[in-house]
Amino acid sequence: MSSTETITETEKPDNINVEAEEFEVTSPFDAPAKPQTIIPAIEFRDVYLSFEDKKILNGLSFSVKHGETKIILGRSGGGKSTAIRLVLGLLKPDSGQILVDGEDITDYDEPEMMRVRQKIGMVFQEGALFDSLSVYDNVAYRLHEQGVSESEVEKEVHRMLQFVNLEEAIDLMPAELSGGMRRRVGIARALVGNPSIVMFDEPTAGLDPPTARTICELAMKLRDLNNVASIFVTHEMNNVQYLCSEYATVNEAGEVVFEEEGVNLCLLNTKVMMFREGKIVFTGTDEELTQNTDPFIKKFIRGK
Amino acid sequence: MNFFKSFLFELQEITLLVWRAAIRLLTSPRYWRETLAQMDLIGVGSLTIILLTGFFTGGVLTLQTYPTLASYGAQSRTGYLVAYTLIRELGPVLTALMVTGRVGSAISAELGSMVVSQQIDAIRALGTDPVRKLVTPRLLALLTMLPLLTVAADVVGLIGGAFVANQLFSHPLGLYYSSVLEGITVEDLLGGVIKPLIFGLIIGSISCYKGLSTEGGTVGVGQSVTSAVVTSSIVVIIADFFLARALQFIFGV
Repeated sequence: MSSTETITETEKPDNINVEAEEFEVTSPFDAPAKPQTIIPAIEFRDVYLSFEDKKILNGLSFSVKHGETKIILGRSGGGKSTAIRLVLGLLKPDSGQILVDGEDITDYDEPEMMRVRQKIGMVFQEGALFDSLSVYDNVAYRLHEQGVSESEVEKEVHRMLQFVNLEEAIDLMPAELSGGMRRRVGIARALVGNPSIVMFDEPTAGLDPPTARTICELAMKLRDLNNVASIFVTHEMNNVQYLCSEYATVNEAGEVVFEEEGVNLCLLNTKVMMFREGKIVFTGTDEELTQNTDPFIKKFIRGK
Repeated sequence: MNFFKSFLFELQEITLLVWRAAIRLLTSPRYWRETLAQMDLIGVGSLTIILLTGFFTGGVLTLQTYPTLASYGAQSRTGYLVAYTLIRELGPVLTALMVTGRVGSAISAELGSMVVSQQIDAIRALGTDPVRKLVTPRLLALLTMLPLLTVAADVVGLIGGAFVANQLFSHPLGLYYSSVLEGITVEDLLGGVIKPLIFGLIIGSISCYKGLSTEGGTVGVGQSVTSAVVTSSIVVIIADFFLARALQFIFGV
């Protein structure tokens, strides 16, 4: 595992940073001044967690670096969403350590976690929008809580909705949105404040393929153009294929385009992890995943 | 044994929730706008049903007691009896039960659906404390609004009693009025405000706790609401007995 990650570190500046500079013009984000490639954005060290008698996580260890996406695959109830909730401190592990940007958050209390959560964006399964608030107020939620002036809030909300391509929905209520729009508003809300870590909890579940694709594109833009570290929990194999074989870049006209990896370029900033009963049974690229001979993994990919 | 254990556990959790909600008031941010909105929803929103309940309760009290009193030749005491019963018992308890049905159910349903649709997680993930944002304003609103609603129910109940006495039994209003004044003591008025304060705390804390501890999807929300309304109502009625005894003790009856 460590040898492949070393390659990622050396490859990444060539692929990412040049694009990040160009992207500053169009992106709602600013690339971090110094990409932190040494300290992982998220690190799990031998994490155990059980609810009553059921073991949910069984010695989980992995790390995600800035500009890297880790896709978590696995059956329902395999501990995927639990892992995400642990990073946010919504749950506490029974043992083991969880680090965010090198900071051990395992024993943090709620006020300390509030500070850590500032740099983490979370996209929930069904969007988890606040039903009583309009799209504008949902996206503006974090800024309103921080007491930012209304003119600034307005600017930021427009910028975010533009990023998810949903400016026309600004005055609608969540109940008036389609499933795909709800997820996109959820993404916009999660990205307010330019978090350096973003977590996606099955963001494409139940969506039609083109809408699912746009959500994957947003994740790729964050990864390749904004140096964001992300965990992407999914069931859908086509999401894996998009995220592992395409990358976002800015063309000469200043537009964001998506290009496929080819003979000369192999995408190394995205890895697939397979969870089974709270353990990682596979880590690697999508190619390694499809060629894997383990019966559990084969069954998961092909469905039989 | 298991029932007893879960009862103690819930009691502990509810007490902790109230404690947390209370100490949040000592530090900012405080959500006054949210608190005002809840006051409007709970207080102004419940006014109609409370006025109707109060008016007809006062009316039926007169309707049932006037003939009995008349058979003893004591019909001049009608106002006394209505005021005594209404301000000490029926006003606070019926108002609390009506508010449980209308507000307690709404609170537990709202918080419960926020839990199952991950909105509570989202609030935490976005850096806000759900107790501060949701529980404290609701508790404050209930604590301030329930005594006011009770007073409104008492006043309208007395008017209802007067209306029935005057219209059905041709009882002189002046006589009713002077006998009402006899029936009300300062202790009654104090007790009439202390009781709804405690009832507000009971309804608010149980409904918020039940809502926030919802599990198991939409079915779970239904169970939370049922449990919140039933538990609050029973606890209100039981607490009423002990409060009545405590107030008697304090005021030396």
